[in-house]
Amino acid sequence: MISRRTFIPRSDLPVAAARPGSGAAGDRSPKEPETATRRDVIAAQGPDAVAMTLTVNGIARMFEAEPRVTLAEALRGALALTGTKIACNRGTCSSCTVWLDGTPIVSCMILAVDVGNRAVTTIEGLIRDGNLHPAQAAFIGHDAIQCGFCTPGMVMSCAALLDRDPRPTRDAVLAAISGHLCRCGTYPHVVAATLAASEEAKS
Amino acid sequence: MKRFAWTQPTSLASAAAFAETTVADAMVALRPDTHAGHGAVLQAGGIDNLDLMKEELLQPNLVISLRAIPGLDKIEKQEASWRIGAGTTLMAVAGHPAVQARFPALATCLNQSGSPQIRAVATLGGNLLQRPRCWYFRSIAFDCLRKGGGHCFAILGENAYHAVFDNEVCAIVHPSSVATVLVALGASVELTGPNGATRRLLLEDFLVRPKQNVRRENDLQPREILTAILLPNPSASVRMAYLRLGEKQAFDWPLVDAAVILELDASSVCRQGVICLGAVAPTPYRPRAAEATLAGKVIDVPTARSAARTALDGAMPLAHNEFKLPLIETVLRRAILRAANPV
Ligand SMILES: Cc1cc2nc3c(=O)[nH]c(=O)nc-3n(C[C@H](O)[C@H](O)[C@H](O)COP(=O)(O)OP(=O)(O)OC[C@H]3O[C@@H](n4cnc5c(N)ncnc54)[C@H](O)[C@@H]3O)c2cc1C
Ligand code: SF4
Repeated sequence: MISRRTFIPRSDLPVAAARPGSGAAGDRSPKEPETATRRDVIAAQGPDAVAMTLTVNGIARMFEAEPRVTLAEALRGALALTGTKIACNRGTCSSCTVWLDGTPIVSCMILAVDVGNRAVTTIEGLIRDGNLHPAQAAFIGHDAIQCGFCTPGMVMSCAALLDRDPRPTRDAVLAAISGHLCRCGTYPHVVAATLAASEEAKS
Repeated sequence: MKRFAWTQPTSLASAAAFAETTVADAMVALRPDTHAGHGAVLQAGGIDNLDLMKEELLQPNLVISLRAIPGLDKIEKQEASWRIGAGTTLMAVAGHPAVQARFPALATCLNQSGSPQIRAVATLGGNLLQRPRCWYFRSIAFDCLRKGGGHCFAILGENAYHAVFDNEVCAIVHPSSVATVLVALGASVELTGPNGATRRLLLEDFLVRPKQNVRRENDLQPREILTAILLPNPSASVRMAYLRLGEKQAFDWPLVDAAVILELDASSVCRQGVICLGAVAPTPYRPRAAEATLAGKVIDVPTARSAARTALDGAMPLAHNEFKLPLIETVLRRAILRAANPV
C-alpha cells in the first residue's frame, strides 16, 4: 500500500514573499456584480499588492503585499520575522504556528489580508520584560530541541497552553501539541518541559 | 497560488451577489488546457480553499471573505432546535456548553478533527462544504471525472482510502467527519440567497451522490450562502456516541468513523436507533437494515455485534480497501455499546 505522503507529487517548496508583477494579471480583475449596489459593498483589493497594517507583537507594522500572500509569508518576507518556520505549507505540520488574539493558528493557511485587526504574536514576541516565557526557558532546560525547525511552533502551542491553564495535565499537553510534527522525535522532552514549566508555576 | 483579488463585504446580500460561482463549478471550469482564472468564490476560514489554491486546482479571480458578516457565528436556542451559525469555528462549536451537554457526540467528533490550530480557524459551514481528499482529485496531474474529466482513476487505481459503498461512478469518501454526526442527528441546513430568501433542507438531502452529479458533493447554488446548521433538540431519552479509527491518533481524517444515536425507554429497550458511517461512501452512509435490528432490543454485546455485521450488507470493496470492512464492524459495535453505556 502506498502512503498518502508519497503519492501526491510535491514540487513546490516554501515560497518567500510574493513577487509583484508575476502571474497572469491582465483581465483578471473582477467587476462588481450589477446586483450588488448596496452601500456596504467594499471594493475589491488586488490582485496587485495592497497596503496592509498588521499588529505583530504589539507593534503596528505597515507593508504592501498581494492578497494571495499568506500570513507566514508576510511575517518571514515583508516583516523579516524569520522565527516562524514554513515546512509543509498545508497546515499539516504546525511548524508555522503563531497566535491570533492569543490562540494558536497555522500561519501558512491564513491570508495576511484576512488577519484584519486581530493581534498576531510570533516567537519573537514571546519574551516579556526581557525574560523568556516559562515555556521557552523550560524547552532550553529540558533540551526539547534537536534540529530546531519545529521548535518555534511547538513553543507557541505550549506557551499558549500554559498561559491559558498554568497547571495542565499531561493529556492537555498532548492535545495542545497534537498538530505538531517533529522529525527528530523531541516529543517526550517537549511534554516534560511543559509539565516542568507548570510545576514552576505551582511553586 | 495564482493571483486573485479580495473582498470582505459586511452583509450577506453583497456576499451572495458577488458569489457568481461555487468552488465545485470553478474547478470544473478550470480545464487543464486553459488554465485561466475563473469566477468569484466564497471563503470562510480558508483552510480548504487555500489548500486547493496552492495546488492551483482552484484559480479564482476574486475571493469573497465571509468573515466580516455579523451574526454568522452565533449559536442560539430556537423552539425545537439549536441553530449554529455556519461561520462558527469548529473550536467554538466544540467548546459551547449546550453542544457539550446535548450533543456530546458532535463535541467528541470536533475535538478529533484536524488540529487545535485548524479548529481555531476552520468553520462548521466550510467543513461541510470542503472538497474530497481523493488523491487523484487533489493532484493537478489527474483530470478526473469530478473535475470535469472523463475518467475515474481511483476505481481501478490506488484506492485504499476510498469508498466501499456506492462506489461505481466515483469512489470518494465524504471528507467531513462532522457530517457523519450531523446526519445522524437529523441536522438541517439553512441556505440564504441574494434577495434574503432562505431554504431549509435535511443535510442528508443536501448532500449529492455521484450518481446524481459526479462534479459536486452538495446542492449549493451560485449566489447562495450556507447560513446555519439546525439541530433538532434531542429528547431526554436519547443517548449518542461518536468513534473513529485512523492511522494517527490525532490530526488526520479517519479511515472509518461512526455516529450512533439511540432512543431508549425506561427499561433500556431501544425504541429507535440511527447509525451513520463516515469515510466509507461518497456521502455519510446510513445502513438502514442495521438500524432496524436495534429497534425493540436491549442493547448488549450480541445486539451490537449483529447490527455491526448487518451494516456490511451491500459493501463492494475495491482492490485495496477491503481492510475497511473489519474496521467498520469494530467501530460500529463499539460505538453502539458506548452510546448505550456512556463511559
Ligand atoms: C491536517 C488537516 C486535518 C483535517 N482533518 C479533518 C478531519 O478529521 N475531519 C474533518 O471533517 N475535516 C478535517 N479537516 C478539514 C477541515 O476541517 C476543513 O478544511 C475546514 O473545516 C474547512 O473550513 P473553512 O471554514 O476553512 O472553509 P473554507 O476553506 O473557507 O471553505 C471551504 C468551502 O466552503 C465554501 N464555504 C465556506 N463557508 C461557506 C458558506 N457559509 N456558504 C457557502 N459556501 C461556503 C467555500 O466556498 C469553499 O468551497 C482537516 C484539515 C487539515 C488541514
Ligand atoms: S474517486 Fe472521484 S475524485 Fe477520485 S479520481 Fe475517481 S472520480 Fe476523481
